[in-house]
Amino acid sequence: MIIQLKNQLQVKTAAVWQSKLRETLRQGSLTLAGLTIFVLCWATLAANLHTSLGQFPGPAVVAGQLKALVAEHQAEQLREQLFYQRQHERLTNNPAAVARPYNGRPTFFSQIQTSLQTVLSGFLLASLLAIPAGILIGLSPLSYSAVNPLIQLLKPVSPLAWLPLITIVVSASYPTDGMFSRSYLVSVFTVALCSLWPTLINTIVGVSQVPADLQNVSKVLRLNWYRHVRAIVLPSAVPMIFTGLRLSLGIAWMVLIAAEMLAQNPGLGKFVWDEFQNGSSDSLARICVAVGVIGFIGLILDRLMLALQKAVSWDKSVQLR
Amino acid sequence: MKKHLELSQVGISFPTPKGPFVALQNVNLSIAKGEIISLIGHSGCGKSTVLNIIAGLLKATEGGVILNQKEVNEPGPERAVVFQHHSLLPWLSVYENVALAVRQVFSGKMTKPQMQQWIEHNLALVQMSHARDKKPSEISGGMKQRVGIARALAMQPQVLLMDEPFGALDALTRAHLQDSVQQIQAELGNTVILITHDVDEAVLLSDRIVMMTNGPAATVGEVLQIDLPRPRDRLALADCAKYNHYRHQVLSFLYEKQRKIEPLPVTKNNQNKPQAKALAEARV
Repeated sequence: MIIQLKNQLQVKTAAVWQSKLRETLRQGSLTLAGLTIFVLCWATLAANLHTSLGQFPGPAVVAGQLKALVAEHQAEQLREQLFYQRQHERLTNNPAAVARPYNGRPTFFSQIQTSLQTVLSGFLLASLLAIPAGILIGLSPLSYSAVNPLIQLLKPVSPLAWLPLITIVVSASYPTDGMFSRSYLVSVFTVALCSLWPTLINTIVGVSQVPADLQNVSKVLRLNWYRHVRAIVLPSAVPMIFTGLRLSLGIAWMVLIAAEMLAQNPGLGKFVWDEFQNGSSDSLARICVAVGVIGFIGLILDRLMLALQKAVSWDKSVQLR
Repeated sequence: MKKHLELSQVGISFPTPKGPFVALQNVNLSIAKGEIISLIGHSGCGKSTVLNIIAGLLKATEGGVILNQKEVNEPGPERAVVFQHHSLLPWLSVYENVALAVRQVFSGKMTKPQMQQWIEHNLALVQMSHARDKKPSEISGGMKQRVGIARALAMQPQVLLMDEPFGALDALTRAHLQDSVQQIQAELGNTVILITHDVDEAVLLSDRIVMMTNGPAATVGEVLQIDLPRPRDRLALADCAKYNHYRHQVLSFLYEKQRKIEPLPVTKNNQNKPQAKALAEARV
């Protein structure tokens, strides 16, 4: 009897695994099919597209450039290593010599790193501003009415419009020898200013839509303002806040690339712009690599936020995707 | 009889574009300590409004409520509410939901271990100790309502206000919870005010049944004293002539004296159409 049950259970779990495996295989093969069709279309179109910089790069050329970029990065790293080695020897031989930092050309991968640091700083700044502000505004219908038109007015402003203002303000008010470089600050402020709106709006909505039943619980318990916010309002708004944060991060990444391109701030955007100005026969392929990498990083950032959103959301009945 | 909770000339009206709408007027009720009172009436007769006024969640526009010689003008834990839809915080475990109330009411009066014990005690009272670490979404409707009751009891209220606490539950679960409430009340001697739609529930649980007339301007129609010995057993009562007599009296109030033709069932399709609503209201 027990053995029979056990067998049944095993059969059942095996069946579950099989159906899961089938689902994964199905999804995987569909993704692969989509990608294949895309690459084929791309290859055919590229073969027939002639530009001032020569043939538009197909998949094979772009893959070759990706390899070349990796090789350049490795070569640059090696040069840096050798420089510090030489400097170390010089310093040990002559203690009076001045130590200098390595001043090499930023490679594609160091640009990626710069962009990631900038986007995360900007996003963090935006969140630190938007979440507390959203809570305060959401709690008071009066301040909501006062601020809402302003939010609606500022939300659609393009990063390109903010950029000149921010550049001028930063160069007027920040010393050139400060802790951060000016270009970094300009990028961070632009990203923050453009990406804070979804978080702000979602926080306001989340905070102002605490169910009446829960508000009544808070009243019956006579929770004071702080405990009401801590115990009832914030947890209740958390799913909405994280929805906003995820949207904000997506916008932050998009805005950053545009800001870097236009303002010549270091990062992936500058890489694209430099290649465009450079106009060599490799440029188009290198820009294609950058486009792919920008998309891929955006995807990864979104998946990370989704994982975080799933982890903090108490409402397991909502399907997050 | 020493007056415990007293409602005198309570009335409430809401402003509407067509002038004030009087929902409730001249509600007079005097409730003794340890009494179980049920409010019964057709939907829309203002039962919940009365309860919310006692809870302090709504302000009466006329008259007032006095609890132990003090006027009620804001909500407070001495008048704990068991809400119709349990109102547990979905992100907290069963234990934490009760703990929130206990920490708020007894901070400074109890030590941490005492509080812990008190939370456990109240969970045990409603037989929910086994699920203390579960989230509300992981337990059944009846269990959620039990936790809601535990949370209210843990505030050690002078008056326990229950707004159709078992309305959303199936008949078996409801019977079970009714027995629990009877037992707990016998043990603790709380004053209980209970809103119900269910005639059997009202007769089984109450010392007095307050029957309300239909709104607008609803008020107390009749008050029925239930003289049945406690503890009451639903099986034995089923054949009891007195029980059936009380039951009959409530039914005749609801279906003869305060006869109300229910509007057409509002379906999803016509829910938002003003004509359908107007039609439904016209039929009432």
